[in-house]
Amino acid sequence: MPISLLLAVLVALTVAGFYMGRSRALAGFGGKAVKLHSLPAYYGYYVALWCGIPALFIVAIWLVFEPSIIRALLISSLPPEVQSLPANRLGLVINDVRNLATGNATSVTSDPAMRTAASYYAHLKFVSQVALAILAMCIAVVGIVFGRQNVKPEFWARNRVEKAIMVILMVSSTIAVLTTIGIVLSLVFESLRFFARIPVTDFLFGLHWSPQMALRADQVGSTGAFGAIPLFAGTFLISAIAMVVAAPVGLMSAIYLSEYAPRNVRAIVKPLLEVLAGVPTVVYGFFAALTIAPFFRDSGLMFGLNISSESALAAGVVMGIMIIPFVSSLSDDVINAVPQSMRDGSLGLGATHSETIKRVIVPAALPGIVGGLLLAVSRAIGETMIVVMAAGLAANLTANPFAAVTTVTVQIVTLLVGDQEFDSPKTLAAFALGLVLFCITLVLNVIALSVVNKYREQYE
Amino acid sequence: MTTTTQIPATASALKHKRMEQFEPSVVARKVSVFYGEKQALFDVDLDIGRHEVTALIGPSGCGKSTFLRCLNRMNDTIPICRVTGKISLYGKDIHDPDIDVVHLRARVGMVFQKPNPFPKSIYENVAYGPRIHGLAASKAEMDEIVLTSLDKAGLLGEVKDRLTEPGTGLSGGQQQRLCIARAIAVGPEVILMDEPCSALDPIATAKIEELIDELRENFTIVIVTHSMQQAARVSQRTAFFHLGVLVETGETEDIFTTPKDKRTQDYITGRFG
Ligand SMILES: Nc1ncnc2c1ncn2[C@@H]1O[C@H](COP(=O)(O)OP(=O)(O)O)[C@@H](O)[C@H]1O
Ligand SMILES: [Mg+2]
Repeated sequence: MPISLLLAVLVALTVAGFYMGRSRALAGFGGKAVKLHSLPAYYGYYVALWCGIPALFIVAIWLVFEPSIIRALLISSLPPEVQSLPANRLGLVINDVRNLATGNATSVTSDPAMRTAASYYAHLKFVSQVALAILAMCIAVVGIVFGRQNVKPEFWARNRVEKAIMVILMVSSTIAVLTTIGIVLSLVFESLRFFARIPVTDFLFGLHWSPQMALRADQVGSTGAFGAIPLFAGTFLISAIAMVVAAPVGLMSAIYLSEYAPRNVRAIVKPLLEVLAGVPTVVYGFFAALTIAPFFRDSGLMFGLNISSESALAAGVVMGIMIIPFVSSLSDDVINAVPQSMRDGSLGLGATHSETIKRVIVPAALPGIVGGLLLAVSRAIGETMIVVMAAGLAANLTANPFAAVTTVTVQIVTLLVGDQEFDSPKTLAAFALGLVLFCITLVLNVIALSVVNKYREQYE
Repeated sequence: MTTTTQIPATASALKHKRMEQFEPSVVARKVSVFYGEKQALFDVDLDIGRHEVTALIGPSGCGKSTFLRCLNRMNDTIPICRVTGKISLYGKDIHDPDIDVVHLRARVGMVFQKPNPFPKSIYENVAYGPRIHGLAASKAEMDEIVLTSLDKAGLLGEVKDRLTEPGTGLSGGQQQRLCIARAIAVGPEVILMDEPCSALDPIATAKIEELIDELRENFTIVIVTHSMQQAARVSQRTAFFHLGVLVETGETEDIFTTPKDKRTQDYITGRFG
């Protein structure tokens, strides 16, 4: 039985469990209606939970372990000379077997040993699926029977269901948290491996970035330099340019939208701005590379400036445009949260509209606006695509916005793209860069959120 | 009728019972207000006496706030709101094209239902209006304005050591007096108050009522209140609104003792509202 069908059956059983539990509660006990502790539906949910949760749990566990068990069984059935192959060759053989079993043509179709292996594999798969289906359905049915037995008038079904719901929610959030912790830990451990070869101080304070390593001792080429300062400087430069564009434009459009725009204009412009936020960054990237960068280079020539065709300026400006909706939508929210009574108070004293905005509304909303800007900065720092396409790959240590620079995220991409050995300092450097980037954005986000929250408290 | 025993007329109300001294500072004629299609006020004629307290009473939704907001053209800030009729301040039509609403609002100040100090220091709250209107040429002059305004609002004693602390940190009653000081600082002739005590406890309310009685010496005051006791305590004249219509107006004492209209009678005896 395919998994999707099995899941459908389990859902159906769960629904049936609900109705069975509820009808039992509704039917009364000993022939007469008794006062139930909980509403009948809670008895239904209780039985449904007993039916669905354990069965789904078993299915999940089964699916996690099935591939490795089948693989082990398959390997032990293969001829000994295949079994003794090195791990990566063995992996290829097993892939072939799988492909053969699913009917995909492969180069080994004619090999009889492979054929037997393939049919054995198909057999294992089949047995596993049948066993799983039977087991899961049995558990579901047992769950229903057990749950139904508990349906008694004095049974506190509501409280049990509440507790079960809490546990389900808790498990979900635990999964999210554990995943995050896992990612961070892998960053940390890989970074430690990197720092075992390249000293931390060289990485954090080195002024030269050139991650090419000689692969063989006799090869000509550099030994690699992992000074990350040029990357952070480039990231900082581009983010700063982006904020110079995004902060004023975003803020002013937010003020226009929340204070001046008639309702119908606002109803059109606000969603439009949010569409801007939904444009894929790669689109902004080629906009930057193909339109903005040449435009800057040509207009630079007119003024006698030498702007390279891949410049921090082009990337920063386009990134700024990308962040505008982010800034304006967050600022718009905080400006709207300033109570109307503040505006009335100021207007009632004879202040004009713009005086009210300048002297009361923006100052009152300032903490929230600053928080929004910090969040925008952390987005700018993490942005990759635009910079890859428009700012270049040259790790120049410069404050000149007309020069090509590179950023942390771009280097992570270039370090990992293509065939790489996963234990060379070159690839491990990506993890170290990622870790530092993660720390920076984390700190920025924490500051931003605490600023925004503090502001929220002010008016509650 | 049981009103007379319930609501004793105050001494101050009695003192002002001389009709011949009546000298209006604001005159409203045939004032109607529309919110979009819906008419909220119908041809209101009302004279507001100079250096008197005029109370606007009536069941909620009857248009008291709407009328009050006509007097400093705060209704201009509501896009769907339209005002017709004539309102004059010392004989000058406030809708006249040569009247700048900014100046009008400096002459006709407003205090709102909920205390709404700006999230600035106490000093800056009071200095806000004078700054906008350029009333102080120097820091010393500004200090002078701020201190006298706080003093007139009866707040100086409580806050003089913490003028740089945020105005939002004061108690509700103090905040409302700060808002009154803020309005006074611009040197208005008329002060409009829209249920200024409805968010305050009885002690803070008593303080504000006392303050209103003092302010009457220098300012014309219009106060909206839902408490008839308050109207009786602080006002010299009372106007009763019902369903957007000005039903009856007169000396506070007369309104509460011998109302002429059946609706006024019903309202003050608590039969509706
Ligand atoms: N901003 C507004 N938009 C639309 N209708 C309003 C607005 N303000 C008040 N109204 C309407 O005008 C009428 C009078 O309101 P208001 O003057 O606030 O009454 P009161 O202050 O006496 O309780 C009410 O029916 C109210 O619904
Ligand atoms: Mg009102």
